[in-house]
Order: sequence, then C-alpha cells, then structure tokens
Amino acid sequence: MAHGHKSNEKVIYVGDSRVRKPKAVGSDTIPPDYTAFPGKSEAFIPNFLLKEWMVGCVALVGFLVLTIAEPAPLGYPADPTNAAFIPMPDWYFLFLYQFLKYPYASGNYVAFGILGVPGVAFAALLLAPFLDTGKERRFYRRPIASSLMVLSLFSLFYLTKVSWDHYEHELALTNTIPEHHLREEKAREEWEKTQANGGVPVEEAVVPIVDKDDPAMEIVKANCVACHATDLKGNEGAGVPALTGVGDVHSKEELVEIVTNGLGGGKMPAFGERLSAEEIDQLTTWLAKQKKAE
Amino acid sequence: MLKNVYNWIDERLDITPLWRDVADHEVPEHVNPAHHFSAFVYCFGGLTFFITVIQILSGMFLTMYFVPDILNAYKSVDYLQHKVAFGGIVRGMHHWGASLVLVMMFLHTLRVFFTGSYKAPREMNWVVGMLIFFVMLGLGFTGYLLPWDNKAYFATKVGMQIAEAVPIIGPYVKELLQGGDIIGAETLTRFFAIHVFFLPGALLALLGAHFIMIRRQGISGPL
Repeated sequence: MAHGHKSNEKVIYVGDSRVRKPKAVGSDTIPPDYTAFPGKSEAFIPNFLLKEWMVGCVALVGFLVLTIAEPAPLGYPADPTNAAFIPMPDWYFLFLYQFLKYPYASGNYVAFGILGVPGVAFAALLLAPFLDTGKERRFYRRPIASSLMVLSLFSLFYLTKVSWDHYEHELALTNTIPEHHLREEKAREEWEKTQANGGVPVEEAVVPIVDKDDPAMEIVKANCVACHATDLKGNEGAGVPALTGVGDVHSKEELVEIVTNGLGGGKMPAFGERLSAEEIDQLTTWLAKQKKAE
Repeated sequence: MLKNVYNWIDERLDITPLWRDVADHEVPEHVNPAHHFSAFVYCFGGLTFFITVIQILSGMFLTMYFVPDILNAYKSVDYLQHKVAFGGIVRGMHHWGASLVLVMMFLHTLRVFFTGSYKAPREMNWVVGMLIFFVMLGLGFTGYLLPWDNKAYFATKVGMQIAEAVPIIGPYVKELLQGGDIIGAETLTRFFAIHVFFLPGALLALLGAHFIMIRRQGISGPL
C-alpha cells in the first residue's frame, strides 16, 4: 500500500500496521513484506518485546530501590493559620512560580506574565507542527524552531534553579527545617529511644502549665498564643519554642530581656513598647515559674 | 491447548487482524538500541507508558486506604505510610513515579521535537501528545493536595493564586476548582474526583488515540 515498490510518497512509513497479509493464495496483489523496509528490522513480538521487558525489569528494580531509600515525604497536617510555612509548588511548576515573581510579570502585568509568555510558549508548543511546516526534519537544518526550543529549555532550567535556590536561602534565613525532614528525624529519635529502652516505648512526660489561673495568663492569651500556640507548646516546624517548662531554660532576668527586646532578629518580637513594665514583670515572674514538675 | 483456545475465539470474533495491528510489526533498525546505542532516545515514550502503568496500579492500591475528607485524609495517608505493610513502598512508587513520568515525558517530547518527528503526517499525534502532557501536569497538581499536609495545602494555595491571575476566566476557574471561596473540604473532594476519575479517563482516551495513530502511521523514518 503505502510503501515499498511504488514509493513516490513524501513520507515513508516504516513498520506500517496497514501492511496486510494476502487474503488468498494466488491473488494478484503483491504482498509487501518487511524486507522492503530499510535496515535490519526486528520483529516486535517476541524478539524486541523480550529485550524491552529486560530493560523494564532493570528500570523497575532501580525505581524500587529509590522508593525504599527515599520514602515519600509527609509533613504535618494542613494548618491554614500557619503563617510561618514557606509555600512551594511542586518542582515542575517552579519555573512558572518564579517567573510570576518578577515585577514585569506580576502585579499590573500579571496578564502578560501568564498569557504573554508561558501562554504563548505553550500554545506554540501545542501547535508546533503547524508553525514549523518545512519538510526538513534535522534539528540543525531548522534553526528557528531549534533555537526557540533551546532558549525555552535554558529558561526553564534557569527559572527552576533560581526558584529552588531562593527557597533554600529562605529556609536558611528563617532557620527552618522542612516539615517532612523534621518529622522523620522525630520518628527516628523515637525509635532509637524505644530501642534503648528494650523495645518499650518511652512515655514522654507532658509538661503541664504551672499556675493556670494566675492573672498573667490573660497577658499570655493576648500576646503570646498567636505564635506559641494556645497550649503553649510552641510550633516546632516554625522554630517557635514551647513556653511550658521555659523556667528551666531561662532565668527571670533573661526572660525580661527576651520579652522586652525580642530575640532572633525579630522572630520573637520585642514587647517593650506594647506592654508596661509592670505587665512584663508579672508575665516573666509567671513564665519563670514554668518548670517541669519534679 | 492455547492454540486451540485462540482458534476457538478467532473463529467467532476474527481477532487476528486486531492482534496484527497491535503487536505484529517490525522494529526498524534506526530505533533499535541493539543496533545503534544512541537509539536509546527512542525509549522514553515506552518508559513514560511503563511508569504510567505503575502510576495507575499503585494509585488503585492507594485508594484502598485514602479517605478524601479534611479530617481523615492526612490520617489515612499517615496510616498508609507508616502502618500498612508495604504501604510506604506503594506510596513511594506513586510519589516518585509522578515526578519520573514527567521527566520521561519531557525527554520523549524533546526527542520527538529534535528529530522533527511531529512533521506531516504526524501533526495530530503531536497535538494529542501535548494534551497528554497537560493532563499529566493536571494530575500532578491535583494529586499533590491529597495528602493534606502543610506542603500540599500551601502549594495548592499558590496554584490557585496563579489560576486566579489568568485574565477574565481566572476567577471562575479558581472557584470551579476550589468549590468555594477557600481551599477546604470541597476542594479536597473535587481534587480527588479530578485526580482519580476525570483526568485518568481523559488520559486513557488520549493514550488510546496516541497509540492508534502511531500504529497507523508507524514510527518516523531515519533522519
């Protein structure tokens, strides 16, 4: 049909499924067979497929090794009020995420940022066969299409890299450990403790809030719980320490200093202007009492 | 025995032409790595399909445990990951497979692009392939939310902001995906339905079209 002996067609079909075996012996149509195709072709079934399966098995083993060596990450349950979490899309959307951060692609120009560049690029990619209609197939003979693709690839890699570097930088700046790492670390520590204890899980003593009915609790509720959580256990994912048991860590003088002037470059805000000296005194006296029960 | 079974079915349904179309073809020299090692670039399409099959199978097992509501989604994934026998491996395959399938598809796309294989008469197959690419990105986006941890929630929030910024249709798209004004219970069930029913359905249809076309037209000839 489409190939072989009378081939003045533009396209040479190789391995065409339209090749039919002759219906009856002695029919006058000359059955085209695979020997008409150029080169040393090989039957798909079983020869080539068996080789493919072998390669597939090797790939599968490699893949399984990866999944076992590097478990799928899982952080802590979604908490929409968690302001400290650094949002990141999945890695394959990073290029778009990064691109839309640039001033000429965001704010008033966001339409350009979305439709103007990625929109046009994806539309061009979708319609590539209708834009690049020349007969030439070799990439070095179609410089426009190839250079546009190379340019896009370069931008993709560049934007992804910049976005990821920026994320790492932010992590370092805020001293944050990604949640799934933190969680894994905790699980390992837990497991090691259990092993050391002869396989029996260790019960962590819960540090209770000392003097819950103290009037200082009102100051705490008004100022501290937003970050240190309503149960005062802090938020380890965001690097916010617990207030329960804080009396074991800091003396009253240190607490006065921390509350008044803040800590960690503004991570713990300074309350020197928001609270009166009396209130700070009342608060820190109460905080200094927060010790583990003996 | 097998031959008899085959003949019995073939007499009734005439499956031989079908079988020939699916399987009985030759692999030309220029795409066979056994002849030219550089022909391994022609493997990425097959690997994409292989990993897609892994994704479908592992996904089917994941739905045995996953509960798509905001109270239990995280707990069910946590249980699956840490308590169920081999659950971590199945979830790991699905998680890493999602990335791997995109990498393979990307490489396959580049191979087709740089060998100029999308040119006449294979334009339609390229367009279908690009649609598969977009569906896969959609699967990645919707699947990312399902574990309902902070990473998932905030990544989806970013994605929604990008969707909303599209001129004119953006806000509608966002509301349609979110099922309301915020990312919440409705969003999770919608993403679950999209991830498990809508997009895989579209994907299978597109894959079918992709494969029928490649069998009709054959692989592009040597350069």
